[in-house]
Amino acid sequence: MRENSISFRLNGKPIRLDVDGDRTLLWVLRTDLGLTGTKFGCGESLCGACTVVVSKEAVRSCQVPMKAVRGKDVTTIEGLAPNGKLHPLQEAFADTGGLQCGFCTPGMIMNAYALLLKTPKPTRSQIRAGMDDNLCRCAAHHRIVQAIERVSAPA
Amino acid sequence: MTDDPSVVVAPPLPSAGSSLHRRDFVRLLGGGIIVLFNADLSDLLGQETRTRGYPTDFNAYLRIAGDGRVTIYSGKIEMGQGIVTSLAQMAADELAVSLNSIDMVMGDTALCPFDNGTYGSMSTRFFGPALRAAAAEAKAVLLTLASEHLKTPPDTLSVEDGMVFLTSDRKTRVTFGQLAKGQKIVRTLDGKAVTKSVPEFRVMGRPEKRRDARAKVTGRAQFAGDIRPPGMLFAKVLRLPAHGAALKSVDTSAAARLPGVVVVNEGGMVAVLHTDPEAAEKALALIHADFDVPGPAFDDKTVFAHLLSVAGEGEEREKKGDLAEGEKRSVSLFEGKYVNGYGAHAPIETHTALARLEGGTMTVWSSTQTPFPSQQAIAQAIGFAVENVRVITPFVGGGFGGKSAGLQAIEAAKLAKLTGKPVQVCWSRAEEFFLDSFRPAAVVRIRSGLDGAGRICLWDYQVYAAGSRSSEQFYDVPNNLIRTYGRWGSEIPKMHLFATGPWRAPGANLNVFARESQIDAMAAKAKVDPLEFRLNNTSDKRMRRVLEAAAGRFGWKKAVAPSSRGVGVACGIDAGTYVALMAEVSVDAATGSVKVGRIVCAQDMGVVINPDGAKMQMEGCVMMGLGYTLSEEVRFNGGRILTRNFDTYEVPRFSGMPEIETVLVKNDELTPQGGGEPAIVPVGAVVANAIFDATGARLFQMPMTAERVKEALK
Ligand code: FES
Ligand code: FES
Repeated sequence: MRENSISFRLNGKPIRLDVDGDRTLLWVLRTDLGLTGTKFGCGESLCGACTVVVSKEAVRSCQVPMKAVRGKDVTTIEGLAPNGKLHPLQEAFADTGGLQCGFCTPGMIMNAYALLLKTPKPTRSQIRAGMDDNLCRCAAHHRIVQAIERVSAPA
Repeated sequence: MTDDPSVVVAPPLPSAGSSLHRRDFVRLLGGGIIVLFNADLSDLLGQETRTRGYPTDFNAYLRIAGDGRVTIYSGKIEMGQGIVTSLAQMAADELAVSLNSIDMVMGDTALCPFDNGTYGSMSTRFFGPALRAAAAEAKAVLLTLASEHLKTPPDTLSVEDGMVFLTSDRKTRVTFGQLAKGQKIVRTLDGKAVTKSVPEFRVMGRPEKRRDARAKVTGRAQFAGDIRPPGMLFAKVLRLPAHGAALKSVDTSAAARLPGVVVVNEGGMVAVLHTDPEAAEKALALIHADFDVPGPAFDDKTVFAHLLSVAGEGEEREKKGDLAEGEKRSVSLFEGKYVNGYGAHAPIETHTALARLEGGTMTVWSSTQTPFPSQQAIAQAIGFAVENVRVITPFVGGGFGGKSAGLQAIEAAKLAKLTGKPVQVCWSRAEEFFLDSFRPAAVVRIRSGLDGAGRICLWDYQVYAAGSRSSEQFYDVPNNLIRTYGRWGSEIPKMHLFATGPWRAPGANLNVFARESQIDAMAAKAKVDPLEFRLNNTSDKRMRRVLEAAAGRFGWKKAVAPSSRGVGVACGIDAGTYVALMAEVSVDAATGSVKVGRIVCAQDMGVVINPDGAKMQMEGCVMMGLGYTLSEEVRFNGGRILTRNFDTYEVPRFSGMPEIETVLVKNDELTPQGGGEPAIVPVGAVVANAIFDATGARLFQMPMTAERVKEALK
């Protein structure tokens, strides 16, 4: 195996990249792979705009070196609606208006997605705590919480 | 929800930029029925700033094509305020077509007529009525055509869902598309078109889902940083360590040795470029530079004394009665000095642009609120004719007044010209904080008096650096004087060390904080419930109604503050909209930290086009307002900006989210007023007043950080 070759699963499909293992996942996604749904907001793990899910955990892709995703399962916003059918979280964000400018939205949805993997029926305070490090400058917080509650509420 | 391809905010990469000459404009419009209209007061005022070569009597138009689709072309941009939806709703309703048959083309200087920019809650107030009139005009044209086509007088016809039919026989009909096909009818709106009255609304006034939602939840929505032409380079520009500093010497040799790096050092700009943005960042770190940095003149603590010292004469804004007379009648006098430091816009999307030179045209995809002024600035900076620069505005990731200067677009264009490659400039968070045009630090001084009957008889108001917005008097004060000393747009020389500019409701937040805090202090001294005190002192009907509506929802119970319950009230007027807030807070006396538990917001904004959108804006205003109120402040020492990221610039978070309840106070007699800013303006005041009610301590400085609250409690 070549030193710079990194194999992992991206949005459900196996992929192998020849990249420097010290480059960060965020910029490899956005440049080499053209997956621009994952956003840059701060570069220091302080905003959550770059959140993706790696093996069921929400991570800040601006802090994840490529070598750390070797063999892992990476899901980005583009992987949530693979056949054009929206994930219930995406539906809920759209329906409740859990977005304004939409720039924080992919990170918010991915963070919520990982939150619900761990805690399928979170209380409101668990939602707030779990989402607290994702910033939304347009202040759509209210509707974002509603969206997550709508998906996680008992039917 | 269906896929909605009809929101065309950012056209995909065209093969080449097109330039536009006046004589070509109408030809370029293509066929169909076209109504040109002028939709902006600010544009009427700013005629002289218009680009030569652009038509000057309209700034937007609407076109009905041969396939029946309706397209609205406007230089306005979508940055989260939702006009992609609300404007389409207006046009759909007036034209009697479904919302789905409307396309929006926005913020593209090659396709849209000149527009000054998107700011100041103006889109709905000024653009909306003109757009509705244009749509109504188009419908009138269609009716005339249909009457000729169906050989029957217009008054026998009805219009519904893109179709004109005989009222007595729906089968005798013709579609808009059939009528528009092969036509080339161009009308300029003359102001005579009759628009619908509120009871006739079908699409307006209904909650409508955002049309850009699907693109935004799937990650497909394109922002300026998402444009990816082949061969593009990512640029990092060398910045000064402090405003006012000068570059003495620079050595880029180490940076240049990194494989693949392109170094530019031209006309004062030093930049490194690479196909990998992180490699460009590494190269930037390898540049050795020496600077002259002037000693700090003042910092974030001494700035307020500085502002007062350079203030000069000031301007009278509003004058009534005589201050000396007011003072004579006063049985108690109050003096307050209220201050607020610099505030950053801090949109989550930093300033970003991609520039590409092709066929003699520089096309720039830019994150901007002002595509047309930016086009001119770029043209000037790179020595191009204006028509050879095209600015395209994709979705903008938040602006709040901060995305107007467009330096990043100029940098990208210069670098694209120098390198011949498409170049992206995307500011880091530290650059965003360094280069932002801050909401100015500002001071308000108020001297006020109460007469023996508990009425305000004196109001002497002076505002430094913030401007007068929302300082207008709506209390019944016989002796009233409002003076301003410098404001953004006409700064006093040497007032600030860095750029300042509009921030969501510029100046209004401090003005309302000051006024409503002072009013509260007077109510407490008079031993009157703060709501009752306000009602006793204003006969303004709209204000009384929003106050009463807020009180009803909140369940306001009369008491003299401080009552130790931690409840507060504040109200204000902004962009023609009246708003009253009531809040409930708790204060941790040991740490000084303030928790806002509940906020009720009642608003009279005239006719409401999209109630759900309006409520979303109100919630957003309240939540964003808690940031300037409790935590947001730019730290600096002289020209050095010490705030570099979100760890030290604390914006509102989920954990600080109160319960927010919104009430729209019906007022269908009034045309739609601003919605994107008003509810933010009383947030500081309502929290300060609730803190006073909880603790008896009054805060005179925003943000009301835990440290400052603790200090005030001593
Ligand atoms: S960009 Fe990664 S957390 Fe902000
Ligand atoms: S929607 Fe704009 S930052 Fe969240």
